[in-house]
Amino acid sequence: MSFVEYGDIIKDGDTAIVFLGHESMFPVKVQHGTVTQTKYGVIRHSTDLIGKKYGSKVTCSKGGWVFILHPTPELWTMNLPHRTQILYSTDISIITMMLELKPGSVVCESGTGSGSLSHALIRTVAPTGHLYTVEFHQQRAEKAREEFREHGVEHLVTVTNQDVCKNGFGVSNIADAVFLDIPSPWEAIGHAKSALKAEGGRICSFSPCIEQVQRTCLAMEEYGFTEINTLEILLRVFNVRTISLQIPDLGKAAEDNSSADFDSSNPSNQGSPCANPQQGTVQFKSGVPLREMVGHTGYLTFATKS
Amino acid sequence: AMEPGPRPGLRICEGDCAVLKRDDVFKAVPVLRRRKIIFEKQWFYLDNAIGHTYGTTFEVTSGGNLQPKQEVEETSTETKEAGTDNRNIVDDGKSQKLTHDDIKALKDKGIKGQEIVQQLIENSTTFRDKTEFAQDKYIKKKKKKYEAVITIVKPSTRILSTMYYAREPGKISHLRYDTLAQMLTLGNIRAGNKMIVVETCAGLVLGAVMERMGGYGSIIQMYPGGGPVRAATSCFGFPKSFFDNLHEFPLSKVDSLLSGTFSTETLPSEESTLVEEESNGLTDEKQTSLLEAEEESTTETAMEISQAEEHDIADVNAEDGEFKESKEKENDSVRQKQRKQWERRKKLIEAAALLAEKNADGLIVASKFHPTPLLLSLLEFVAPSRPFVVYCQYKEPLLECYTKLRERGGVIYLKLSETWLRNYQVLPDRSHPKLTMSGGGGYLLSGITVVLDKGKSDSSHLEALKIEEPSSKRCKL
Repeated sequence: MSFVEYGDIIKDGDTAIVFLGHESMFPVKVQHGTVTQTKYGVIRHSTDLIGKKYGSKVTCSKGGWVFILHPTPELWTMNLPHRTQILYSTDISIITMMLELKPGSVVCESGTGSGSLSHALIRTVAPTGHLYTVEFHQQRAEKAREEFREHGVEHLVTVTNQDVCKNGFGVSNIADAVFLDIPSPWEAIGHAKSALKAEGGRICSFSPCIEQVQRTCLAMEEYGFTEINTLEILLRVFNVRTISLQIPDLGKAAEDNSSADFDSSNPSNQGSPCANPQQGTVQFKSGVPLREMVGHTGYLTFATKS
Repeated sequence: AMEPGPRPGLRICEGDCAVLKRDDVFKAVPVLRRRKIIFEKQWFYLDNAIGHTYGTTFEVTSGGNLQPKQEVEETSTETKEAGTDNRNIVDDGKSQKLTHDDIKALKDKGIKGQEIVQQLIENSTTFRDKTEFAQDKYIKKKKKKYEAVITIVKPSTRILSTMYYAREPGKISHLRYDTLAQMLTLGNIRAGNKMIVVETCAGLVLGAVMERMGGYGSIIQMYPGGGPVRAATSCFGFPKSFFDNLHEFPLSKVDSLLSGTFSTETLPSEESTLVEEESNGLTDEKQTSLLEAEEESTTETAMEISQAEEHDIADVNAEDGEFKESKEKENDSVRQKQRKQWERRKKLIEAAALLAEKNADGLIVASKFHPTPLLLSLLEFVAPSRPFVVYCQYKEPLLECYTKLRERGGVIYLKLSETWLRNYQVLPDRSHPKLTMSGGGGYLLSGITVVLDKGKSDSSHLEALKIEEPSSKRCKL
């Protein structure tokens, strides 16, 4: 296992994802002799995990079962321990594409936060690229280093504990892209520019408030960035459900036996709604939106260094 | 880790596929000398651009040539005269004193766009009554029209997916660029994977996958009909090595591969003669394993080619003069055709072998076809605990696909989604979402494979019930 390469068999020392259901999964550090408690019972690492194929179903002591999944940055994002508010895969996806990241890219990021985006960036730039990530909080920087080590990606990332607004990223003229998710990104634009390669580098700033965005866009313009563009992206998820709607009783005309418009017994009503004359319902499949959805994460501002 | 040195900008070279950009309009063009290009109502040659770095902005000279745009200092220090609102500004279309002919005369004289804009401002009776914001907007609009600058940018997934969505959405089943971005991330597309890709998006999705794989790993592209369309893929400008591990396999052979009856008998759109010869040799092989068939058919084909060559030599000796020459040419082209078919067959067998390992690291589908049959068959080739993503322009087929996948089992974490994208105008005191936005960018169904439990028939039903546990009904305030 590796966060940058697939493995087939679960090994001692791996980080695996235990999947109990859609809203229910958690990461686990696979270790000989260790035991993990789940609501379906106990999982014994030595017998139930190590040596098994990723994607296997594991039956726990109480009889229920779980699936053991190979970690990916996306699964990690959904399961990592939060030290800060994190970026989710929807934003991460558009950031990755708009920054034109690919294997070999050199990226600078600040702040590291909980490492959600960091893991995704490392995955994309591997095996020949590098992530320089800056975090001003000492414990968070150390925790990030620890996680990258545990996940076997430390050779692809450098964590620096400093304030990017004062001291920059620690590199100059080499980055293909810079990403900022800090309270005052306009203070780091100059440093971002010097970290970026001479021509064609891309920058992205993520800010929850429009006022921050305004100041950042102004700074980008002042520093000569071009193609400045701000957008937001939201995810809409649908639940697939079979829905039954009742047919209203509109009564019957004096001698007429069939209802005028909606003839539920008519065999030509094939395919979509299937009516049930007995129960007076029509069934159909629908993609039902969730009751609530994420309405805002942050504004993403992209630009090019010219 | 070794710190990389300073990175020089990439230069525009002849033969490249470059993308012309003017504001938000893009167009992909081949960089060829003396090739007239039309872009945004302007005609020009790209010759002068060759050698400059990508990202350079050019102006079109009166001769139809490109010239790098000079950086000009904006005179913005003087406080301009401006009004407070538009209550007294009457829009009668007569405020601009310069006529069409006047402007044309200026253009013909070779006056630069910047100067024309200045002239327009000076000859507008209402300009100084406009508010500062309105003046800004007016200047921006005139600049856009008369200061025609073109930037030449390097193609990338970002550029090409935006371009295709704006120019030819029909060719890519209206796959909006943010939806494509989701696919690449949800599918964990990265260096070293073995990916299966099915797309009818002119090769844009394939190119995007290739870009994210950086030439590492392998891709098997499954295609309908005679061969895959890769028009967009060539725009990316990948080095030749990227194509070494790109395989293709016809969808029409998938069923036979899954049922173990695969043979290279009938390639899509193949000549009938060679097929007949081969089939005589191969009919007996239908029962043998794929590996055996692979060896035998390659040997058969090799034998056939050498036989044909021997035959040719004999022919050449027997004939005379012109007839001999034309016969040689005929033999040459027959030989070439046979060689090509032999190579095609070899590649097909290679691709089939890769698929038959059933250990692909993921599946990406973005086609005009109904997704259900594709998913149900192609998931067989994917290893367990790997992501898959299916794009469909419409939601309903994915509802059916979801249902069928639940019935099949062997998949978890199914998610049907779409993304909502909004662009903003950000200006001091004038920030707001842009006036138009895309109505829809398509839908995605994603999931993760797991070991398929073929034995127990009701286990997948139970799994489905467990997995679709309704989340807490408590409303979070």
